Amino acid sequence: MDIVKDILILIFLVSGLFFYFVGAVGLIRMPNAFTRMHATTKCDTLGAGLVFIAVMIHQGFSMVSLTVLIVLIFIWLTNPTAAHYLAKIEYHRLHDRERR
Amino acid sequence: MIDTAFIIAAIILALLAFVSMYRAIKGPRAVDRIIAINVIATKVAAIIILLAIFTKEESFIDVALIYAMIAFITTIGVSKYLEKGRLE
Repeated sequence: MDIVKDILILIFLVSGLFFYFVGAVGLIRMPNAFTRMHATTKCDTLGAGLVFIAVMIHQGFSMVSLTVLIVLIFIWLTNPTAAHYLAKIEYHRLHDRERR
Repeated sequence: MIDTAFIIAAIILALLAFVSMYRAIKGPRAVDRIIAINVIATKVAAIIILLAIFTKEESFIDVALIYAMIAFITTIGVSKYLEKGRLE
């Protein structure tokens, strides 16, 4: 049972690191701000989710696990909100410059 | 054995944060820099949680929560300044 738990933790941790890696590569290689946001927002949300789920499996049902879940829900709420706001101001900067 | 995996994951995340720092320094405009800082903040929150697990200091997780909040407020504040030219 212990080895199954360890293998599950490793799978979630490695896939979370893979998504973080893809997000960093997209941030470096993509040509403009919208495509950079497309790469980083999805990959960071999913990477944080998988890494935190690995931590929660390691801790089991405890207070630490609940706090990690609260941090995870907070990141899942705020990361798309910030990306949406940034995309909005970049779109307005590009497309209705004459109104400002 | 699994603690070693957490330490290696934290080291890889720190290296990826330095890779993302390239876009924060070199980025052509302010929006690219804000995106890079947001990405680095998410990575650092994950690093703090991994650090809390393998040092067995449970209070570090609250630090990660406050760090995520400060990063969100920073992003919104700088974006609002960028949009309107003033903070109101």
